[in-house]
Amino acid sequence: MAIRRKLIAGITSLLSLMLSGVVQAATELNMRPGVTETSIEAYNLHMLVVWVMVAISVVVFGAMIYSFIFHRKSKNPTPATFSHSTQVEMVWTLIPILILIYLTIPAVKLLIKMEDASDPEMSIQVTGSQWKWHYKYMEEDISFYSNLTTPEAQYDETNGQGKEKGVNYLLEVDNRLIIPADTKVRFLVTAEDVIHSWWVPDLAVKKDAIPGFINETWTNVPKVGVYRGQCTELCGKNHGFMPVVVEVVSKEDFKKWVSAKADEKVAAAKAAAEAAAQSWDMEKLMALGETTYKVSCAGCHQASGLGIPPAFPALKGSPIATGPVDGHMNIVVNGKSGTGMAAYGPQLTDAELAAVITYERNAWGNNTGDKVQPADIQAFKAGNK
Amino acid sequence: MSDHHPTGITRWLYTTNHKDIGSMYLWFSFIMFLVGGAMAMVIRAELYQPGLQFVQPEFFNQMTTMHGLIMVFGAVMPSMVGLANWLIPMMIGAPDMALPRMNNWSFWILPFAFTLLLSSFAMEGGAPNFGWTFYAPLSTTFGPPSTDFFILGVHMMGISSIMGAINVIVTVFNMRAPGMTMMKMPLFVWTWLITAFLLIMVMPVLAGTVTMMLTDRHFGTSFFDAAGGGDPVMFQHIFWFFGHPEVYIMILPAFGVVSEIIPAFSRKKLFGYSSMVYATASIALLSFIVWAHHMFAVGMPVAGELFFMIATMLIAVPTGVKVFNWVATMWQGSLTFETPMLFSIAFVILFTIGGFSGVMLAMAPVDFQYHDTYFVVAHFHYVLFPGAIFGTTAAVYYWLPKWTGRMYNETSGKIHFWLSMIFVNLTFFPMHFSGLAGMPRRIPDYNMMFADFNMWASIGAFGLGLTQVYFLISIIIAIKSGKKAQEKQWEGATGLEWDALPSPAPYHTFSTPPKVD
Repeated sequence: MAIRRKLIAGITSLLSLMLSGVVQAATELNMRPGVTETSIEAYNLHMLVVWVMVAISVVVFGAMIYSFIFHRKSKNPTPATFSHSTQVEMVWTLIPILILIYLTIPAVKLLIKMEDASDPEMSIQVTGSQWKWHYKYMEEDISFYSNLTTPEAQYDETNGQGKEKGVNYLLEVDNRLIIPADTKVRFLVTAEDVIHSWWVPDLAVKKDAIPGFINETWTNVPKVGVYRGQCTELCGKNHGFMPVVVEVVSKEDFKKWVSAKADEKVAAAKAAAEAAAQSWDMEKLMALGETTYKVSCAGCHQASGLGIPPAFPALKGSPIATGPVDGHMNIVVNGKSGTGMAAYGPQLTDAELAAVITYERNAWGNNTGDKVQPADIQAFKAGNK
Repeated sequence: MSDHHPTGITRWLYTTNHKDIGSMYLWFSFIMFLVGGAMAMVIRAELYQPGLQFVQPEFFNQMTTMHGLIMVFGAVMPSMVGLANWLIPMMIGAPDMALPRMNNWSFWILPFAFTLLLSSFAMEGGAPNFGWTFYAPLSTTFGPPSTDFFILGVHMMGISSIMGAINVIVTVFNMRAPGMTMMKMPLFVWTWLITAFLLIMVMPVLAGTVTMMLTDRHFGTSFFDAAGGGDPVMFQHIFWFFGHPEVYIMILPAFGVVSEIIPAFSRKKLFGYSSMVYATASIALLSFIVWAHHMFAVGMPVAGELFFMIATMLIAVPTGVKVFNWVATMWQGSLTFETPMLFSIAFVILFTIGGFSGVMLAMAPVDFQYHDTYFVVAHFHYVLFPGAIFGTTAAVYYWLPKWTGRMYNETSGKIHFWLSMIFVNLTFFPMHFSGLAGMPRRIPDYNMMFADFNMWASIGAFGLGLTQVYFLISIIIAIKSGKKAQEKQWEGATGLEWDALPSPAPYHTFSTPPKVD
């Protein structure tokens, strides 16, 4: 039934597309020229090679079509007998070589330019992990994670949801990478677990993020705006769900943002201290725990706590979630290397960590009754060092 | 010449006859083609609209992985070996392949290899889900338990391919009829000889790669793990050192097929025979020095990127020579357009389009924009579907009368052709656009700006899938009840199989070698 409904919907929308005769504004036929010098040059080179290929097809396919029409048996009952010509063969070996040289020269120039990351004005470390990006401003005391914000209710249609999708569906994040305009920014790209690839089409920047190695790339964006891209290297289950969003702001706004970030950090430290100072009751822990779990944990361990074993173990009745609290804190705070379980210590606040651990120990029938307080997390982290 | 052959299941289990083994390869590859195609249908159904409607991302990844593996190793490669088995002995005037028992073994490994591979769907954690390119560490540290079955399966396919390749080389070098000099061999034999050398050189590299994966997974080595001093990028270098020649392994025999068919229906000799041989050999040699063009985004030094860019663009020269020679063969010929010719012409045109996008992808600075998007998916499907698969399809229509003694129905052949032609373009052409618009490959869900092209591609894919079922039915009807074929079914056909053998070719042929002058 659902399939038929979808087919009918598809056919109607196809028909309306054909009848209207206009392609929807959102649909693009060609590469975007982008906004940086290099992206525009890459676009121009792309167009050059497209037109060269079109010209070659006109000649080659034209000759073929001429043959189909005028050299068919009814028109040309006695075939010619030639079967080679050294001169002709020399010509059509040489002409492609000349065309290739013509294409190679601008390509070499542009490649050398794109790979020259020297003399940057600022550097940002970009770290991919399953399935989010982490940005660290090397010259400032700023670093944060960037997670997809499109809710599951928009994409998971298997349970009747997901009909309404936002404009930036799957291309929206909680924390955008903010960079100043007219500044040569160097990106140091790496990964924590598997290979990812950081791509922003409008900047013509694509670089693989490889665990254990640091790659270098750069951009210099003249235009203020928001530019969206995606991870382009298969990195596991949620490969399609780790977008890249770069917001380019003016130099003044960037300075303001940097100082606002510093204030935010002070405020966050204060809030953490306050949270640690008080004792949270079960209700409050469970409420915050459930929200945090849905955002950070349910992608793998599932809202039901059943996980997708063996890659993503069940938490319901699991030996860790029902065993000693220390072990549970350890795996959440420090992660487990060689698996998709990242270290959440640096990603969440102490209160969130405490709440989510409490939630995991008491939800889905894991009725341990344990309460983990933000202060416990603080103590655990201190003991960790 | 005798037409006596054993009967029952043991005929097929114990057979050392190149015709039986060729048929088994062809049927096996067709079954795998349908299995891999069914997975493509799942992929296209999920991508028909934005949102997750049918499958979850982890299963989607298993589909893309297994679709790729089955099509490459199960459908395209065995179909080419099947053609080689049937045709090479008949074309060079040999009674059989040089190593018939090995021939039997190299076929019978395959069903077991693919049973192992497919059984992984039933395992905890599901089938391999890291793409057919199985990049480390996603496939090593993070791979599902079934990865080990995948490794064993790849080893078995590799052994099968290497034995098949040895057989072709030994047969071509030692079993030619008196007077059949190397430069008189049909071009299909030449392209297969060169393919066989490629196979022998790169399949052991693939075996090495998966063995290193196995020891990384279970025996504490760190070939591909930076934490132990290894390098995940080294995996990609080794994989593509195999992977790029592999691409030509899949296409060179199809070059050979159309080089037989186009002259036949142009009623004119192949233009530039010797330059065709040299062009094929140059493509094969160049294929060993271009592998890193699959890896422009991994952060190679500029000098490396320049080398691989220029070397890759050079491949366009011998490939261009081949295309020009096919066009020149048709030029001033006396053309007719039976089904094999239609598929061959479509091959030339659509393969050339795939070649164009290949040149575009070779240009490193623009490749940063194309890399790992649907543009790449469009490119390699253009060289594989209307390339390798149209080539095999053309071969089946062309030689079916010789193999079975029965003719297919020309009308149903033409229906199959036109449906395939329309749907293959409807499926894969829009992928160029979704790639250029910025859609990464191997994602189960996407933003609405990619929706139109994905819908077109999905509709095309469903049509293309159904068309292949139609092909199966019409071929079965032809084999069962087609019109009796003539000894030389095609007016312009040349070669020993048409000139010296009846249709169908008897079970044993050329027990006494024919004389070639």
